[in-house]
Amino acid sequence: MNGSKTLLTSYVSQPGEIKTSSGKTLRTDEMIINMGPQHPSTHGVLRLEIVVDGEIIVDVIPHIGYLHRCFEKHAEHMTNYQQVIPYADRMDYVAAMNMEQGYAVAMERMLKIEVPERVEYIRVIMAELQRIASHLVAVGTFGIDAGAFTPFLYAFHDRERILDLFEMTCGARLLYNYIWVGGLSHDLPPQFIDKAKEFCKYYRPRIKEFNDLLTYNEIFVKRTANVGVLPKDVAINYACSGPMLRASGVNWDLRRDDPYSVYDRFEWEPQVGKGEMGTVGDTWDRHIVRMREIEQSVNIIEQALAGIPEGNVQAAIPKRIRPERGEIYARTEAPRGEIGYYIVSDGSTTPFRVKARSPAFVNLSVLPEISRGAMLADLVLIAAGVDIVLGEVDR
Amino acid sequence: MEALENLGVWGSILIAVVWSALPIVFILLYALVTLYAEMKIAAHIQDRLAYMRTGWHGTLQPFADILKLLQKEDTISSAADRKLFRLAPYVVFMGTYGAFSAIPFSSIYIGSNIDLGVFFIVAVSSLVVVGILMGGWASNNKWSIFGAMRSAAQMVSYEIPTALAILIAVMITGSLNLQDVTKFQEGGIHNWVVFGGPLPLTQKLLLIPFTLVTFIILFIASLAEVNRTPFDLPEAESELVQGFNTEYSGMRFAMFYLAEYANMFLVSAVTVALFLGGWTSPFGSFLSGPVWGLFWFIGKCLLLVFLQIWIRWTLPRLRVDQLMYTSWKVLTPFLFVCIFGVGLILVL
Repeated sequence: MNGSKTLLTSYVSQPGEIKTSSGKTLRTDEMIINMGPQHPSTHGVLRLEIVVDGEIIVDVIPHIGYLHRCFEKHAEHMTNYQQVIPYADRMDYVAAMNMEQGYAVAMERMLKIEVPERVEYIRVIMAELQRIASHLVAVGTFGIDAGAFTPFLYAFHDRERILDLFEMTCGARLLYNYIWVGGLSHDLPPQFIDKAKEFCKYYRPRIKEFNDLLTYNEIFVKRTANVGVLPKDVAINYACSGPMLRASGVNWDLRRDDPYSVYDRFEWEPQVGKGEMGTVGDTWDRHIVRMREIEQSVNIIEQALAGIPEGNVQAAIPKRIRPERGEIYARTEAPRGEIGYYIVSDGSTTPFRVKARSPAFVNLSVLPEISRGAMLADLVLIAAGVDIVLGEVDR
Repeated sequence: MEALENLGVWGSILIAVVWSALPIVFILLYALVTLYAEMKIAAHIQDRLAYMRTGWHGTLQPFADILKLLQKEDTISSAADRKLFRLAPYVVFMGTYGAFSAIPFSSIYIGSNIDLGVFFIVAVSSLVVVGILMGGWASNNKWSIFGAMRSAAQMVSYEIPTALAILIAVMITGSLNLQDVTKFQEGGIHNWVVFGGPLPLTQKLLLIPFTLVTFIILFIASLAEVNRTPFDLPEAESELVQGFNTEYSGMRFAMFYLAEYANMFLVSAVTVALFLGGWTSPFGSFLSGPVWGLFWFIGKCLLLVFLQIWIRWTLPRLRVDQLMYTSWKVLTPFLFVCIFGVGLILVL
């Protein structure tokens, strides 16, 4: 330009292409590698077909279905509407309570029944405890994917305490079958309230400790800030939800915006990404949104524990649920985003159709979009930031 | 020993064999201890207990681990280059073991007291890269190649800051012979190169900032040299499955493992000999002597190894480009400044 020496080669924006001074385009070979289904960082059995140019990612194609268990078809073949719940548990096995709650809310709206207040309070406590447990898995494994093993064990140490609370309540540690249509399977055990309060008191300082160890670690910030940026409009176009959407700066939380249960009685704030370390919607934002949601959940639990009323835990519903002909779509806020159930009834005792709109499946669809041009090491972090549970993606 | 020397050629061969076998005995013992220590330290950092069942507090666990590795099936994938695949672990270990011959363990024990000791160590330990590349390439696995290529790029880049940092120590001590370098620092902790060496007070005070920075940089660079966190990209488990040694199993895998542990000691030994007074006692003539020398030397090295373990179980991992950035744009320029500063102070 302007008679100055032209450079011998200059890189153009597409990876893999080098333009020489005579205008010819040289292409380097791309390599296709297969990440998963057996790979330490695919969080289960996700398979990613990656086209890479050196370490730079040209394209990612997720292949799913390795954990497909016909949830929707199974649901149609139950003898009872209640029997769907254990299957709903197994969708997002890291956040089973929230899956149950979504189904119960949908069914109750369909039947137009109100559940006792005590049930709502217990459901909120359980759902928020489960949200903490689920986010702990998310941030812990995120740490592993960043190369830090210790935060993972810190997170699981605390998760274990939550699972102990669940075990005390319903005997199960992972798949509970606790929240039923019209109520709960059991009332809380007598010592539960004290133990849960104790947990909240113990857990608050641990959040700060975890943040010091991982979230604000210089290397961790360098690794995650400005990586896998998901802009607001793209997030909305892809129908992302949950922490994924909020991290992109969209203040949208179904607990507030499409109210269900008794969330409106508590003081809490949906957390949005602010781009403190880099750009709004980067991987670090997704991490910090989860960390802050954990704090908010502790707030909600403490308030719910303080205000829990006495009462029955089973609404007066018939043993055999027989809804009128019709359909319902109800959505609730699971740890990974909007879990929606579309249920069609033909007036019999079994559902005609159950369709689950699972958040991780929808969130996963944005992965190729945000990981093009990133490095291979970043892809692992981006995928971990999306926080998929394959049980729910494949259903 | 004199009796053996009287035996003539055979006696001296016997002495040479025993003399050169000492490091490997040491490496094996050290690896057992460090294997156990690493797991225990990691566990306590992570709020758990680690091995508690095999022996008292799990002290027999390293033996159990080795037994397990010994009886593992030795698999070689059909697409692998069999010769290179078999050779690679030994090349990696040779690189490390060769460098042990110039390590001054004590005032009376050094494998080979050569004048270019430091230079020899830097040169021979580069063989490790060849072995890793060999292993990664011969595995014929894309993840392994990724790991091997990263490893080569990483080790070659970090040899520059390592060599420059060593150069600074050599400038101060005036020798490449590690025994001479160590003797130079005799007389107590204040005479160590990291605290400016036994120079006149004004010079010493001026030197301290430079030597401290150099010491820290050498330690960071040595972490990268041995592929430890935060620079463990070649075997980044979350990305590359297991990096260059993905396809290895059984004793061949154990060789890589052993080499890694030996390498950790090696880089610590170089750092200790150059900056922390080698086998000299930190209390001047108190507790000094050949046997105490051995104690001090190994003790100081294990302290640095402990630091490496501590860092490993605390920090996340860097990305490839950040790794290169750290080496070329941070550590190397700092060292150039240090070299200039130290040179100026020594001339004055």
